Amino acid sequence: MLRTALLAAAATFCASAASQTPPEARRAELLNFVRHDCGACHGYTLKGGLGPSLEPAALAAKDAEALGFVILHGRRGTPMPPWREHLSELEARWIVRQLMQGLPR
Amino acid sequence: MRGGIVFLALLVSACANPVLRGTGDLGLVVERASGRVLLIETTGRSALARIEGFGDLSHASAVFSRDGRYAYVFGRDGGLSKVDLLRARIERRVIQAGNAIGGAISQDGRLVAVANYTPGGVRIFDAATLEPVSEVPTGAKVVGIADAPGNRFVFSLFEAGEIWVVDASDPRNPSTQKIRNIGKQPYDGLVTPDGRHYLAGLYGEDGLALVDLWNPQAGATRIMSGYGRGEAPLPVYKMPHLRGWAVAGRYAFLPAIGRHEVLVVDTASWSEVARVAVHGQPVFVVAQPGGRRVWVNFAFPRNDVVQVIDVPAMKVLRELRPGRAVLHLEFTPRGEQVWISSRDDDAVVVVDTASFAETARLAADKPSGIFLSSRAAMTGF
Repeated sequence: MLRTALLAAAATFCASAASQTPPEARRAELLNFVRHDCGACHGYTLKGGLGPSLEPAALAAKDAEALGFVILHGRRGTPMPPWREHLSELEARWIVRQLMQGLPR
Repeated sequence: MRGGIVFLALLVSACANPVLRGTGDLGLVVERASGRVLLIETTGRSALARIEGFGDLSHASAVFSRDGRYAYVFGRDGGLSKVDLLRARIERRVIQAGNAIGGAISQDGRLVAVANYTPGGVRIFDAATLEPVSEVPTGAKVVGIADAPGNRFVFSLFEAGEIWVVDASDPRNPSTQKIRNIGKQPYDGLVTPDGRHYLAGLYGEDGLALVDLWNPQAGATRIMSGYGRGEAPLPVYKMPHLRGWAVAGRYAFLPAIGRHEVLVVDTASWSEVARVAVHGQPVFVVAQPGGRRVWVNFAFPRNDVVQVIDVPAMKVLRELRPGRAVLHLEFTPRGEQVWISSRDDDAVVVVDTASFAETARLAADKPSGIFLSSRAAMTGF
């Protein structure tokens, strides 16, 4: 019982830790950004277009760190640009988590 | 939208009492987030109706039947919808592939070709019934499909670096001429308004590939080779779009890739005439009918600005801020108005091209492409 409570407390702590999650107003901006600006190549529903699908099933086997790196630094030889001038590392990691679990509808 | 509802009521009552009208001043605005399309008219500058049921309209586009009555809307999810502009409703709809990018209508108006990413290829449909007619598999993503004289469809293959010219004058047995090694990663293409040339923009290298459609056997030639002057390109946050609208008089105005420049090419010699420094990565570079001015919008994050280039001076004449995240602009056929979509302001803004004054602002849900029925009469669409 105590262990469960501790785990729950730890989870809450992690979720609310400022180092993990962008502020709420920024989260809304980022979701709009992912849908529309990432969606320009990956499709508004992220099913893929010129760029590959970013749906959870397509990302399941991928490494989250590596995906965050691609967002920030781009992929040479493809149209995927580096977004580091517009996103922090924390924001890129948060976007990867959202994509892997599926964006809120 | 009140006006739209009144008009719809008129249309319904029109069953008993037909209200006759033409379609020459009608058009569609894609509301991409909601899978809907706004029917607009450019005489009174108003929205007439909202048409639903298009599925995924991210990266949607439309072409028009030769009589201007119907629009064919190409959706990202492979949906091909035939819209009756007079009845403001979807007449027919098919899901023809998993992932589509656009399409074109043939010179004779009888065939609609859809370009697909997944599975890569082009599918040709009967424009009247949307029955499948034939198929051209490509094994690569198809970009830059355009119609050309002789019931031909011309397109590029992104991964393969090829331009294919499909002659569909025998619709069930189209013949394909493949032009290989045209350059790395063509991202879009256009047929010039006279139907003579096809031009593919290259993402993977500095330059464009040119095909003379009077003599496609001669293959492709490279123009504007090395326009980046060996400098490191800037990030391209959104791919530019090419269509015949880029040609103003004898000049073609083309977006540079990874440079905040518009490239100006003389279509008589296909040599560089000028470069115009602009606000950001150009996305749509569109000649105002008449060719005196060229309007440009830009990629993220510089997408709240539209610039107007003065053609005789080859310089930016004017800068407008019609709204946040400007995605597209379309001129009325004689060029007195330009319609501009502002995605993040949920608005379509109408600007008077003589005074640059805003003359109307219509509510639209995340508007992207604007397609006026005057495209029905244009080659290359």
